[in-house]
Amino acid sequence: MRVEVTINRERYASDVEPRLLLVHLIRDVLRLTGTHIGCDTTHCGACTVLLDGRPVKSCTVFAVQAHGRELMTVEGLEQDGNLHPVQEGFMQEHGLQCGYCTPGMLMTSYAFLRKAKDPTEDEIRLAISGNLCRCTGYVNIVKAIQHAAARLRQGGT
Amino acid sequence: MMPPRTTPEIGGMGHSLKRKEDPRFIRGKGTYVDDVQLPGMLYLDIVRSPFAHARIKKIDASRALAVPGVLAVITGQDLAKYNLHWMPTLMSDTQMVLPVEKVMYQAQEVAAVLATDRYLAADGVDAVEVEYEPLPVVVDPRKALEPGAPVLRTDKKDKKDNHIWHWEWGDRAATDRAFQGADVTVKEDIYLPRIHVASIETCGCVAHFDKVTGKLTVWMTTQAPHAIRTVFALVAGHVGLEEHKIRIISPDIGGGFGGKVPVYPGYVIAVAASVLTGKPVKWIEDRMENLQADSFARDYHITAELAATRDGRLTALRIKTLADHGYADAAANPSKFPAGLFHICTGSYDFKAAHVEVDGAYTNKPPGGIAYRCSFRVTEAVHTIERMADLMAHQLGMDPAEFRLKNFIKPEQFPYRSALGWEYDSGDYAGALRKAMEKIGYANLRREQAEKRQRGELMGIGISSFTEIVGAGPSKHFDILGLKMFDSCEIRIHPTGKAIARFGTKSQGQGHETTYAQILAEELGIPAKDIQVEEGDTDTAPYGLGTYASRSTPVAGAAAAMAARKIRDKARKLAAHLLEAAEEDLLWEPGKFSVKGAPGRAKTIQEIAFAAYTNHPQGMEAGLEAVSYYDPPSLTYPFGSYICVVDVDKGTGEVKVRRFVAVDDCGNIINPMIVEGQIHGGLTMGLAPALYEEISYDEQGNIRGGSFIDYLVPTAVETPKWETDKTCTPSPHHPLGAKGVGESATVGAPAAIANAVVDALWHLGVRHVDIPITPAKVWKLLREHGVTE
Amino acid sequence: MIPAAFEYHVPTSIAEATALLTRLGDDAKVVSGGQSLIPLMKLRLATPRHLVDINRIPGLAYIRQADGVLQIGALARESDLEDSDLIGTRYPILADTSRVIADPLVRNLATVCGNLAHADPANDHPATMLALGAEVVAAGPNGERRIPVRSLFTGPFTTTLAPDEIIVEIRVPAPPARSGGAYLKLERKVGDFATAAVAAQLTLGPDGACQRAGIGLTNVGATPIEAGRAERFLAGKRPDDAVIRQAAELAAEESQPTSDLRGPAEYKRDLVRVLAARAIRRALERAGGGR
Repeated sequence: MRVEVTINRERYASDVEPRLLLVHLIRDVLRLTGTHIGCDTTHCGACTVLLDGRPVKSCTVFAVQAHGRELMTVEGLEQDGNLHPVQEGFMQEHGLQCGYCTPGMLMTSYAFLRKAKDPTEDEIRLAISGNLCRCTGYVNIVKAIQHAAARLRQGGT
Repeated sequence: MMPPRTTPEIGGMGHSLKRKEDPRFIRGKGTYVDDVQLPGMLYLDIVRSPFAHARIKKIDASRALAVPGVLAVITGQDLAKYNLHWMPTLMSDTQMVLPVEKVMYQAQEVAAVLATDRYLAADGVDAVEVEYEPLPVVVDPRKALEPGAPVLRTDKKDKKDNHIWHWEWGDRAATDRAFQGADVTVKEDIYLPRIHVASIETCGCVAHFDKVTGKLTVWMTTQAPHAIRTVFALVAGHVGLEEHKIRIISPDIGGGFGGKVPVYPGYVIAVAASVLTGKPVKWIEDRMENLQADSFARDYHITAELAATRDGRLTALRIKTLADHGYADAAANPSKFPAGLFHICTGSYDFKAAHVEVDGAYTNKPPGGIAYRCSFRVTEAVHTIERMADLMAHQLGMDPAEFRLKNFIKPEQFPYRSALGWEYDSGDYAGALRKAMEKIGYANLRREQAEKRQRGELMGIGISSFTEIVGAGPSKHFDILGLKMFDSCEIRIHPTGKAIARFGTKSQGQGHETTYAQILAEELGIPAKDIQVEEGDTDTAPYGLGTYASRSTPVAGAAAAMAARKIRDKARKLAAHLLEAAEEDLLWEPGKFSVKGAPGRAKTIQEIAFAAYTNHPQGMEAGLEAVSYYDPPSLTYPFGSYICVVDVDKGTGEVKVRRFVAVDDCGNIINPMIVEGQIHGGLTMGLAPALYEEISYDEQGNIRGGSFIDYLVPTAVETPKWETDKTCTPSPHHPLGAKGVGESATVGAPAAIANAVVDALWHLGVRHVDIPITPAKVWKLLREHGVTE
Repeated sequence: MIPAAFEYHVPTSIAEATALLTRLGDDAKVVSGGQSLIPLMKLRLATPRHLVDINRIPGLAYIRQADGVLQIGALARESDLEDSDLIGTRYPILADTSRVIADPLVRNLATVCGNLAHADPANDHPATMLALGAEVVAAGPNGERRIPVRSLFTGPFTTTLAPDEIIVEIRVPAPPARSGGAYLKLERKVGDFATAAVAAQLTLGPDGACQRAGIGLTNVGATPIEAGRAERFLAGKRPDDAVIRQAAELAAEESQPTSDLRGPAEYKRDLVRVLAARAIRRALERAGGGR
C-alpha cells in the first residue's frame, strides 16, 4: 500500500505491506536509524516518535496508519544547526550513557515540555515512565529535562 | 579529592568534561548493529524450542522453504557437516550452536531461517515444523543432583550425573574449629535468583564474508571484540576462517552489563550463513529471545553461617553454595576459579577463618552465567556477607552500623590479606560508613523508626558496606583460553600535536571516548578535545580483552597512562634537543617542558610533537607513538557504604524506597560526572533485582518472566532519587591511583534494600527475605507474623 | 517480533465499518488505538486476516457532557481523558483510571472504548465503568443499541457484542451532588496490569448515608467484576469505619482471583479488601468535596 508521510518536515512516499510496523518504515525503509527498537511488547519506548505531535511507540503502530500524517523523529530536533534545549539538557546534565534509549527519551521529553512549562520532579518521572533506561538511573535524565525546561522558559526554542 | 592538576582547557583527571560521544547520540547519529545495512543483505531468524527438554524427531522445512523470499533453513545437521554444531564455552564446557539430537531448554535455538527480508524470515520461522518427543525436565539444581535424576548431558559419554564441578577455598579445619568454639552463630539460606541484564539494545550481528578476499567482517554486539576474533579463529580455523581474515567491529553498543560478553549461537549461525552464501547476513534477536535464551546471571543457592564473640566480634564465615548453570557451564568468567571471585565473600570484615564451597549443577535452562554488571559472582558474595552481617548484628542486639564499625578491616591493615587469600589494596571502610550515616541522618532515622513502630508503622533502615574486587586481571588469577587479561592502549601524536588513541576495550555507555582522552590529557597535557579515542575494531585497535568487570579504568586506563609516559619519555628527549638542555634539567608540567630555573625556556607538547616529525635529533626515529599492554599486578578494591530507608505498606506489602544514600570510594576519579552517572545506573541495577526482576521456571521448564511484561525493569517512577557522595582512597598499585566503579553500586545496593526491609520487619520475627522482595512476598510475611491492615 | 500478513481496510464511516465487518466475518478485527491488539499480532497470538481501522472515521474523538450524560466517543484516547478538565473536575475516578493505564505513550493512542471492547479482565476501565453504572452504544449493520457495561463481558476477551458491532460511545450518567469516586490499583511497576484494583463510586444522601454505591474489581476474575454484594451492603448505610471494612470484606469475597506471577490468589483477594476500603474512603472524601 502507498504510504505518504511527512517526517521532520520532509515528505516521503513508499509502497509497503500493511503489516509493516511504523518503526521499520522509519528505520529500514527510510533509513532514519536514530529511532531504536528495544522490545516486542510496547514496554521500553526506545522507538518513541511524535505522531501528529503526540509521542507514541512506533513499534505499535502500522506504517499504513501514519499515511498522510506528520511524524517527528530524533533527527528532527536540531534545526538550522541549533540543538533543541532537550538535546542540550541531556548533554549538559549527563542524561545519557549508551545512547540507545536516548532518542525515545528525547522525543517524550520534547513533547512533555510543550505542555509542561515548569514541571516538578514527580511530573517528569511520570512523563518518562513509558521509556526505559538501563544506564542512567534516571536522576540525570530528570535533571536534563529540568535544564531544558528552564531554557525553554527563558525563550529557547 | 585533590583538585585537578590540569586546566579546564586541557581537561585532565578530575574535570567533569561533557562527553565526546554525546553529540552523535543526541542527534540519533549513533551506529548500533541494527543500523548497519549492506547491499544484498539477508536476514536470519531463529526457530526456538517450546520444550525445555525434548528429542528432536524431525524438522520439516518444506513449508518454510515455500515462503517466497525464504532461501534456506539451517539445522544442526547442516552445521554438523562442518563440525560447527557444538562450540566450546569459556569454562571448558561445550554448548550447542544448533541441536542435532535434543534440546535442553525452552527457547533454545532449533533451526535458523535465512530470507531476503526480516518479515519473510519471521514467516519462515512460523512455517518450520518440528516434531519433538518430550523428555523428563530438571529445573531444580538440588533435584538435579539427587540420585536417579535424569542425566542431562548425554552427549558426554562418561557423564553419569548432573554435577559439573566442586570447588572449595579457605581453611576448612580452622573454620570448623572457630564455629565449634563460637559464642554466637547465625545461619541463613539465601537464594539469588536468575536475572537478566536486559540492556535496552538486544544482541545481534551483521556477518559479511567476502568470497573474493576470504575476509569475514562481523559487526557485533560484543564487549570483547579481540577475544571474540580469537575464539572464532580457534573454532572455525578449520573451515578457513583464520585470525587475520577475521575483522570484528563492535560499533556503538546499547548497554552491555556482561550480557554481550558470551558468544551466542545466533552469531555463529549468521557467520556460517554468510560464509555459505557469500552475502551479508543480519541477525538481531528480539527482546523475548534476549531474555529467554541469552546468558542469565546468578542462580546461586547459598547457605551461609557466621560466628562471632558475645561482644560482637566476627570470627568465622562458612558458606556452601549450589550454582545452577543451566545445561552448560557457559559462565563468562575468565578467572581461574569456577565460582569466579565469589571468595571475596569475607567482604569488608576482618575474619580470622573462612571456608567456602560451591558445586555446579546442570539443569534444563539456558547456559550461563554471566555477571549482571559485576565481576563474576561478586554481588552474590557481597549480598551474602552483608545480609549475614545484619542478621548477626540484630541477633546480638547491636545496631548494624555499630556492628560493622567494630568489625571492619582498619585502614592501617592495608594492604590486607583476607582469610580467603585476596590482597586488598586500600580502604577506609569506617570513613565511608560514617559519611553515609551523617549524610542520611542515621541517628534521627533510628529515632523516627522507633516512634513509628510504636504507632504500628513499618519503616526500615538498611546498610550495606561492600567491598568490590575489579580490574580483571592479574595473570596469576585470570586468563581466557590462556590469553592473559592485559589491556592495551596505542597512542599516535600527529605533527600538529593532536592525537589518536586506540584501546583493546569497548565502551557500552561508560564514556571511554571521554575518560581515556582525559587520562591522556592528564599525562601529556594535550587537551582532551584534541585526542580522538577509538576502540572496537580488531583491524585497527591493539589487542585487548574487552570491557566488563569494571576493568576498563583499572587495566586499559593504566595502559593509557603507561603508553603516555613512554611518549613523555621521548618527548623529554626531543625537548632537551630543542632547548639544548640536559634531559635531567627539564621540568614537566602538563603540556610543556621547561628548563629548571628558566621557566621562559620551554617547549609545549605541540611544539615537541611537530619536532618529532620535522626536527628530531640524529639517531632518533621520527614520530611520537607508543603502545602499552598492561597486565595489572593486582586487582583493585573499590568500596562504599550504602544506607537505605524503606517504608512498608502493611496492607499491600509494597516496599517504597524513601531515601538511599550511596557513599562510594573508587580511588582517584577521572571524570566525576561520569563516575556519578555510573553509580546512579549501578544503583538502579541494584534496585531492580532487589525488588522487581526475576526469571523463574515452572516444573516443566517453562520460562516465567521471559518478556518485559513480567521481567520488570524499573521505570523512573519506581526508581528513587539517588543521593551520592564519595571518599577517596587511591589504589597504591594503579598508575593513576584509580579503581573501577561501574559495578560497585549494582554489587552493593541489593543488600542495603533487603536489609532495610528485614529491619522494618525484624521486631515481628522476620529474619530474612529473598530478593526480589515483591509485595506478595512481604504480604505473606506480614500475615504470617500477624500484621494486617 | 513481526506480525503475520493481513489486509488493511480504512472505512470513513461507522456504517462502512460495520458493513466491512459483516462482510469479512470472524477473520476481521477492529483496530482503534491498537495498543492491545498490535502487540498480540506481533506475538502472533492474534492473526486476523483483515484489519478494519476506524481511526479515519471523523467525529468520534469526543468527550462531552450532554443531557446529564458523559459521552466518550470511540476515538477518545486515554490521554484525552487525562487532559480533560471535565473529567478532572467531575469524574476524578476516570482521571484516576486513565493515569494508571499502561504508560503515558501508550495512553496517547489507546482508546477508552477499546479498553472496554478488548474485554481483558486486566484492563482498568471496565471496573470504573461498572462502578459508574455506565453503558455502551454498540453500532452494527442494523443500527445502534445500548448495552449496560454490567452485561457486556462474558469471559476473558469476550463480550456480548456481535462480531460486526463496534462500541462507538460510552455513556456515563452524571453523578449527582455529593458523589465521589476513586480507582486504586496495585501494579508491580508502571506499565503493568493490575495485581488487583478496585473502583468505588459513591453518592451520599442528605443524611450522610450511601444512596448509591458502585464497586468494580479489576483482574481478579475471568471478567471484570461488579461487587454487587458490597454495593448492596453499602446502600442505605452511613459509611463508618465498620461499614467500610465489612463492604471491603464482601468485595474481597466476590473476587475470584487466580495465582500467577503477580501473587497467589489469597494475596489478591486480600488486596481487594485493602484496596476496596481505601478506595471507598477516598471516594467518601471526594463526595464530601475533597479531591
